[in-house]
Amino acid sequence: MTASATVLNVDDFRGYPPAGRALATENLVLLHQLPRPLLTLLLREIIAYDWKFPAERDEIDRQLRYLRGLNPGELAAAMSGFASLKMSPDLEQSEWIGNPARFSERLSAHLWATHQIDAFSNAAESYVAAFNTAVPEKPIAAPRLAIAVIGNEMSPTAYPLFRKLRAKGTYFPNVDRESDYKTLLATVADRAARYPIPYAHWCIHGGDGAGLPTKSVASVAYGPLTPVRRALIRTMQDGSALGPEAVRTRLAETDPAAVGLAGPDVDAVLARFSVRVLTEGAGTQIYSTTFVQWTAREALRRARPLTLLAKFAPRQTEESADEELQGSQGKPAFDLAGSLVDADMGAYYTWINQQRLSGADESIFLAWFEGHGEAVAISPLLAAGKECKDKVDVAEILRRTQSAT
Amino acid sequence: MLGGEGKITQRWENSARNLGGLRSASPREVANAISWSRRDFLRAASGIAAGGLLSGFSPLRAANLPKGQKAVVVTFGGGTRDEETFMPDGRENIPHLLNEFIPQGTIFTQVVNRGILGHYVATASLVTGVYETFNNFAAVTPDNPTVFEYYRKQLRRPASDAWVIAPSNGFGLIGESSHSGHGTGTGAGVILPKRLLAAAMPANAVGGYDHLLRDNYESPVYAPAMGVSDEQLHQMAELLKVSVADFASHARSLRSPDELSVYVAKQLMEQLAPSLLWITLHDIDVAHAGTYSLYIDAIQRSDRLCAELWQVIEKEPEYAGKTTMFILPDFGRDSDTSSGGNGFQHHRTGDVYSRTTWMIVRGPGVRENAIVDRPVESTDLVPTLGSLFGFSPDACRGKALPEVL
Repeated sequence: MTASATVLNVDDFRGYPPAGRALATENLVLLHQLPRPLLTLLLREIIAYDWKFPAERDEIDRQLRYLRGLNPGELAAAMSGFASLKMSPDLEQSEWIGNPARFSERLSAHLWATHQIDAFSNAAESYVAAFNTAVPEKPIAAPRLAIAVIGNEMSPTAYPLFRKLRAKGTYFPNVDRESDYKTLLATVADRAARYPIPYAHWCIHGGDGAGLPTKSVASVAYGPLTPVRRALIRTMQDGSALGPEAVRTRLAETDPAAVGLAGPDVDAVLARFSVRVLTEGAGTQIYSTTFVQWTAREALRRARPLTLLAKFAPRQTEESADEELQGSQGKPAFDLAGSLVDADMGAYYTWINQQRLSGADESIFLAWFEGHGEAVAISPLLAAGKECKDKVDVAEILRRTQSAT
Repeated sequence: MLGGEGKITQRWENSARNLGGLRSASPREVANAISWSRRDFLRAASGIAAGGLLSGFSPLRAANLPKGQKAVVVTFGGGTRDEETFMPDGRENIPHLLNEFIPQGTIFTQVVNRGILGHYVATASLVTGVYETFNNFAAVTPDNPTVFEYYRKQLRRPASDAWVIAPSNGFGLIGESSHSGHGTGTGAGVILPKRLLAAAMPANAVGGYDHLLRDNYESPVYAPAMGVSDEQLHQMAELLKVSVADFASHARSLRSPDELSVYVAKQLMEQLAPSLLWITLHDIDVAHAGTYSLYIDAIQRSDRLCAELWQVIEKEPEYAGKTTMFILPDFGRDSDTSSGGNGFQHHRTGDVYSRTTWMIVRGPGVRENAIVDRPVESTDLVPTLGSLFGFSPDACRGKALPEVL
């Protein structure tokens, strides 16, 4: 049985949130014509449309515009890769409109088991390339800036810090140790004022997040989310007998209000984002370094920000994390040496993820070991694989990333 | 669900985001590139001469097989990447593999796993030589006959001669299949050290053992070990010639579940000397928590444990001079360049890097200091063991590796 087009009607989307329902209804004629694999993936996005970032909404809208613009022959050709995927009768019959996320999990299992995952991937790649070419993303307002800070609580070890990043930019081994993290917070706030675009400027913090800007900046910190983390850990513990997949499904369906993230002062989009970071990101619930890396990754992937500042703080030891998961933790113990390694890799991954966004060639990236005199800066204006022994502070390094010395 | 972890989501994101990098290369080209990178690294790191490169040759050793042939198979459940092993930055993590195993063994640089990348189902595929397609998280036996069943049935070997030491409760049924003509009572005994430990721990003594009891790393939640009766526990203690109290006491001094597994393996080798012993290490899968430092620690530990096992092989008269050791990851992990994943953390994308890994073979008659570049499959292991021991795995899809025989 191949993945054929589907009959839909307005009532099918009654359970969708308002904006998602409206979008589905407006595009009903188009949705009718899409093969099930692509349709369910689109619906998985549409059902969450109300809580999507502007960049994500733009991507969904561009896809629909692209598809609507195709004549029947073009549409059939564009969909052929998805339409040729073979579905099982069980899968065809299972609930999908009301819970496309769960259906996509089943579809995933089916594609892996039937060795069709590569065919799916090829179809998806072709489709994405086609719609991005036909309806491209708008140019960005300014070069993107991402900064990864390794907190000064961590101490230097024999580990070769910034080993991977040094090859990409200029290494500064003599950074003024008095350089202030607040300089970077001010940079984010300044860019947010100059380019006032919703969810385009982010601060992520692996500690208590004290002093993070909130005006026009999306700020997320590990410490203040502790009650949410603990509630989710309880959910995991309660469901542990059901197995990892069932727990994951249960977590994926967690409503922010169920873990205390609701109320008139709560940014619903950001709250849902935070819950997804903690429910979909393995390890984010127990390790602050993983939380920062994954949050930065998801912020870049989903919100496509112009500015992102991510600060890594020490994570707890593995033993301490085990205790937390079992509910037997007293005072957490910290693994400073391990945290340094994790933060270094996290910084590298943050750069990689920034490079995946539009305008990558113009992007600016800074990784800084706070209080310990080391930084790497990557910019079109700085040579790759070079070392600069000048004694500079982080403000000066940032200046050099944006204008020639 | 099979494999789980939202793999289709990741595939979708993979397509929807970065389309650069190696995308223009075919999977085969990428796999070849991986293989050649490993080869070049090995030549530089271990001084393997071009003359040691093998690309298919006639069998040399079959006629000289020692009497009482034994085999120890060690899989790295969780998979490792080249970046952290067979690449310049990774060499510090595998000193024993590089300096002891490679010079004295043969390495296959391109072992491809075309199956589902979940640890239980992938390990089941390794032991059957067929890509199993069952739910990775289900408590099921493999559908196809296992290597242990072929071995025992065709060579009329007793139950005490084939054992599996496995990392988590989910592996409890891997010793024998549900295949007609094989099945119950004809396979290997399976020891789950964590289950033993949970039963052996003094009452109310969870503290101090937490780090050894984590069932798997796919879910951060502690899963209570499945029950072991007092009778079973004491039978096992009798088998291993270690008192329950000593076992629990010794376990407390160990750092990780894999150390516990190797401790049990050593006891088993000393007491029963099974001819076919399969050990699945799993610490490396801590990578799922997103902590790069713990992942690296686990690779270094696995490297050390392999060396310790070889020392036992050389020390024990039952094994010395007649044992072939196979070491291979069950599969790889996602590459940094695959945007659908998160680098080392997972094995979700099914990209070539996560499917292409390596295998080292060491033992009497195995060519030393040799590299085999040609692509082989992970399902080739069972028929290779078949040729080594002299049984025919008729349902197996793989092919024996002549370079080992």
